[in-house]
Parts: sequence; structure tokens; C-alpha cells
Amino acid sequence: MTATTIQPDGTLRVEPPPGVPLVDLRGVSKRFVKHVDLAGKIANAFGAGVREEVVHAVDRVSLAIAPGEVVGLVGESGCGKSTLGRVAVGLLEPSAGERRWRGTRVDALPAAERREAQLAMQMIFQDPYASLNPRMRVVDIVGEAPVVHGMIGARQQIEYVGLQLNRVGLDPTLMRRFPHQFSGGQRARIGIARALAVKPEFLVCDESVAALDVSIQAQVLNLFMDLRTALNLTYLFISHDLGVVRHISDRVVIMYLGRVVESGASEALFRAPAHPYTQALLAGVGSVEPVKRTFVPVQGEIPSPLDPPTGCHFHPRCPHAMPRCREAAPSLVAVEPGREVACWLTEGR
Amino acid sequence: MRGNLLLAVDGLRTHFFTRAGVVKAVDDVSFKLNRGEVLGLVGESGSGKSITGYSIMGLVDPPGRIVGGSIRLSGRELVGLPQEAMRALRGNRVAMIFQDPMMTLNPVMRIDRQMTEAILAHADAGEAAARARARDALVAVGIPSPDERLAAYPHQFSGGMRQRVAIAIALLNRPDLIIADEPTTALDVTIQGQILYEMQKLTRDSGASLIWITHDLSVVAGLADRIAVMYAGRIVEQGSCADVLAAPAHPYTQGLLDSVPSRNPRGARLRQIPGMAPSLMALPEGCAFRDRCPRAGRACAIAPEMEAVGAAEAGRAVRCHHPLVPHTVEDA
Repeated sequence: MTATTIQPDGTLRVEPPPGVPLVDLRGVSKRFVKHVDLAGKIANAFGAGVREEVVHAVDRVSLAIAPGEVVGLVGESGCGKSTLGRVAVGLLEPSAGERRWRGTRVDALPAAERREAQLAMQMIFQDPYASLNPRMRVVDIVGEAPVVHGMIGARQQIEYVGLQLNRVGLDPTLMRRFPHQFSGGQRARIGIARALAVKPEFLVCDESVAALDVSIQAQVLNLFMDLRTALNLTYLFISHDLGVVRHISDRVVIMYLGRVVESGASEALFRAPAHPYTQALLAGVGSVEPVKRTFVPVQGEIPSPLDPPTGCHFHPRCPHAMPRCREAAPSLVAVEPGREVACWLTEGR
Repeated sequence: MRGNLLLAVDGLRTHFFTRAGVVKAVDDVSFKLNRGEVLGLVGESGSGKSITGYSIMGLVDPPGRIVGGSIRLSGRELVGLPQEAMRALRGNRVAMIFQDPMMTLNPVMRIDRQMTEAILAHADAGEAAARARARDALVAVGIPSPDERLAAYPHQFSGGMRQRVAIAIALLNRPDLIIADEPTTALDVTIQGQILYEMQKLTRDSGASLIWITHDLSVVAGLADRIAVMYAGRIVEQGSCADVLAAPAHPYTQGLLDSVPSRNPRGARLRQIPGMAPSLMALPEGCAFRDRCPRAGRACAIAPEMEAVGAAEAGRAVRCHHPLVPHTVEDA
């Protein structure tokens, strides 16, 4: 059964049948391999033993996102959250596993449909300074893609860009300006307008508010939430800021060194984090309540993904580590409906 | 040692004379800091919080210049102090920790050299004694295998470890005052927790005063004794951490707190401050916040002065004609 809705901008959108996720990543891995170069090969001929370096940025991650859902993806630097976001949106090809759009494998789609699916997925980047071409005017930054993809004629570009800018709260009379003439918050809005200009259904926001001041961050978060209801958008919201993620996500996925360690409904997960790493993350979050507190740190540092620890990746820093944690990695197990944890502590129960 | 005045900043003005005009980065900033006290200096980018710190350290470079006011450290005036005298104080009585530890550390110099240099510049100690002190400092900030680490270069450290080294260097000469400029902003959450823990422990042990410059209210909430909130080059509110966060008096402070997601019901629209911070080159007449302020009235066309609010003994002050906490009533 499929439902058809008419979008506010007049386009038709076919909803996938209930129960079919909009985006479905199944056992996705992404490895970055640094091959032995010529110098290395020559050195090896003399017995230097230079070997290939492999980084498992994402290690067998499955993630299904239902239409209209906001999924928060949380982790520290180097945990693979941005790589997963890029795989989800199609900027990177997964090394293993499959990517489905509305239930169909993206690589199995006919070329035309595949391009359409690709357009329906857009990304909003972290740095509002680096992600806009400094030599292009806003009218082209926002309007180029819809013209290239034949969504609008070249003559309609100015009018169309005006509408897009209005929607994100920017003055359309500024569209002849260059990015450097805008503030950080305004640039973030330009990035959002650019992504929305091709009428996407699924947005990956990679730390999209991290570079902004608190008061501007609130404005942009509000904009995300308004657009979600107005355009029926689905988000994968990548952030290291748990306060932000808790506020806007329906469901949260926690990653550590390339693997998902816990996922669940936002409210439940924040109320009772099950994985020791999630607990440590939450303990590190300050509140603005004026309570003098003693900061209790987690031990140790994030290990290098070039040489991750054996077994459970978190065991060298985990206060509950057992001999078993060193030997084998726990798999994600449902502990209650909609809640999955990868930890021997919960699996043993 | 508490209740003992260490630093008094009075009417500090630091302006930048650029080709496009005068930027009043810090304009009439006054505050006091006692020994052993932690002051959270809070503001958004461009509010002048970092320049306030640089002014105290005597690190303002041209085209910037301190054009007025005074900075007194243990009664000694720092404004107009000759370079030589300032250099003797810097790294010795006052120390600074920067946001980016790569900026503080010399990338082509080993850690031992950088640390002993800071000791030998201020004390008449031998090379071996300085090295021993450097080693102890690394242990104090929780760096494992300090002997190996002393022989390493900054790029061989992770971000969190680098920041620990920067903290160790700042603390080497047991300064009276440490100015920390967003030292945890670039770090991951779990590492941030570790650094906050170390800072809290070290300042408590050494009795040093700390000025913690940040845009993140949640960091100062758990750390600071007092808070000063800056907006467009001025302190708009100051008071004890508990008072300011529990019942902010300035509409800007209120707006900042309301913008924090965890202070809002989950999924609801955040209560945002409309508009954006004004350019420091073209500040509006009167109160700089009035264009964004829900309480602005006709009186706000005249710049408000810092006035006491709340109970007289609380020592709170706010720069607002329409504060959310009533002005202190003077007893007859």
C-alpha cells in the first residue's frame, strides 16, 4: 500500500508502504586503505616490512531510518560518525554491506531512478565557512543544482532562489552577495537553502550547528524543526553535542570506534543509558543548573582506529571490563523493544 | 586566603584602530577577583571576552591598544607597565591557557626544552632541577610515563594530552592568576571532562585564581564561583554563579540560558534570541542589546550603567534599565 501526498510546493510524493524504512543501511563497513607506495615497495625489497594500513572507519553498522524520523548519531572524534553519514547520503561507497532507499538497493536501481534517489538525499556540512564556494554568489550556490537537474529553467533561477532564501529566513535581496559577506549563522542558512533547493526528503546534518554561537544555534535548530514539519523531512543528525541531539532526535545511535554500541528511543536512552560508554558520555555533559560539581572523568583516551583494541573497543577505558571483553566483541542485542546494546554486561543478563 | 583581593579591573577599554574604523572590543569592563576564586567570563564570539583576557596578560597587539582603565594585580598597576616588567610577570605570576594548545607549544621544540625554558626564565635554578620540576608538573596533570613524554615533540601528543602539557606549563611557576581561554572547546566530551577535573583539582590545590573564558554556560555552571556575562564589549551582568544561573537579571543572560536545548522541553521550539550581535564598529546608540531585547523601552536609548540588583549582600550587578531582578533598594 502506498500513500500519495501533495507537498506544499505542489510536487507529488509517494510515501513508501508502512514499515519500510526510507533509508536502510545493512551491515555497512567503510575501510580506508593506505596502499604501500613505490617508496614502500622499494624499502620492502630491502626487508623494511612496510605494510598496508587499514582504518576501519565504519565496521558492520546497520541503521534503518523511517520516513519522518529524526535520528541522532553521537560519538567522539574518530568514531566514524561522519563517514557513516557520508555513506548514508551516497558521498562514499561502502566497502561492504548494502544501502537501500525505500526498500530497494540503491546500486540495483536503474540509472534515472538512482539519480532521483540521490537527489532526494542531501547533506548539510559542519563548517559554514569551508562548505560554500567563496567565488560563487549565493544565487548560484543555491540555484545551480536545481537548474542543472532540470527542476527549474535558467530564467526562473532568481525567483526560485528568492523563495528558497525566504524559507530559511534570509533576505532574498542579498542573493548577489558572496559568502564572505555573511555571518556564521547566515552561512549556515545558505548551506541549508542549498540542500533544500533540490527538494530532498532525507537530510544528513553533519555537526551543522557546532560552529555557531549558542543564540544562533538555537535559531538554526528551530529552523530545522520548522522545516521538518513543513516539508516532511527525515534527518540523520550527526553531533557530538548530546544536549542538542536529545532535544531534536526521536532516536539516538551511539558510536564508538566504528561500531554502534547503543541505540534506542531518545527519551529512554537518556533516562537510563545501558552501555558504560553512553553512561560516561552522559556524565561528561554539563548542565546549566548552578550546582557546583566535581568533574569525574572517564579514564584514558580514544584509541587510534588504525590499531583498535581487541574484543570490545571500549574495554581499556571501561570501569566494568571483564576478561571476556578483551577476547570477543559483543554484538548488538535488543534489551527491550527498540533498544539495542552491545555490551557483555547486558548480554549476560 | 579567601576574601583576599587579587585582581581589580576597573573601566578597562581596549580598542582596535583598524583602517575601517575603531573597534571597541572591550569598552568599560570592571570586575574584581579574590584569591582562590574562579570567575567564569561568558560571552558569544565577538563579545570581547578573549580580549579582556589578553589585556590582563598584556598580549594585545597593534592595531589594538588599551586606551583606558586600570588592571591591578595584588595592588600593582599593569596598564602601562614596561615590556620588561610585564615579561617578568607573564608565565610567572599570571599564566594563560589557550583554546588551541598547538598555538602555545612550539612545534619544533621538545617538551622538556619548552618546560625548562619557562622555569629558567623566571627562576635561578639549575638545568637538572628545572627538569625535575617539569617532570613533576607532567605527573600533576596526569600524563603517564613522564620521562618519555619529556623527550617528545608536540605533534606526538593527542589533543587532550597537548592541552595537559599546556596546563602543566601554565602551572609551572605556581602563578597567582590563571586565565583559561576556552581550553576545552576543541576537545571531545570525555577528554573535556578529564581536563575540567584536572583544572579543578590543580587550582584547588595551588590556591590560584582562575578566569575561565567560555561561550559554554554548562562548563562554568559546575566550575565557577562567580560569573560575568559579556555582550558587545561590555559586562552586562555579574554575580555569583548560583544567583545568575538560577535567576538571571539581564534579558541577554536570560536569552542565552533559554537557548540551551536542555533548558527547553524536548522537541519544543527553542526560545531563541532574535537577530544577531551588532557589529562592534557600528554599535547602536544606548543599550547594545536593545534591538534584540523583548523588554526594551524608550529608556534604553540611553546606555545603562552597571547597577546593583537583588539583595544588597549578594553583590550582583547588571547593566539594564529593565532588569528581571529588581534594583537593590538602599536602606535609609
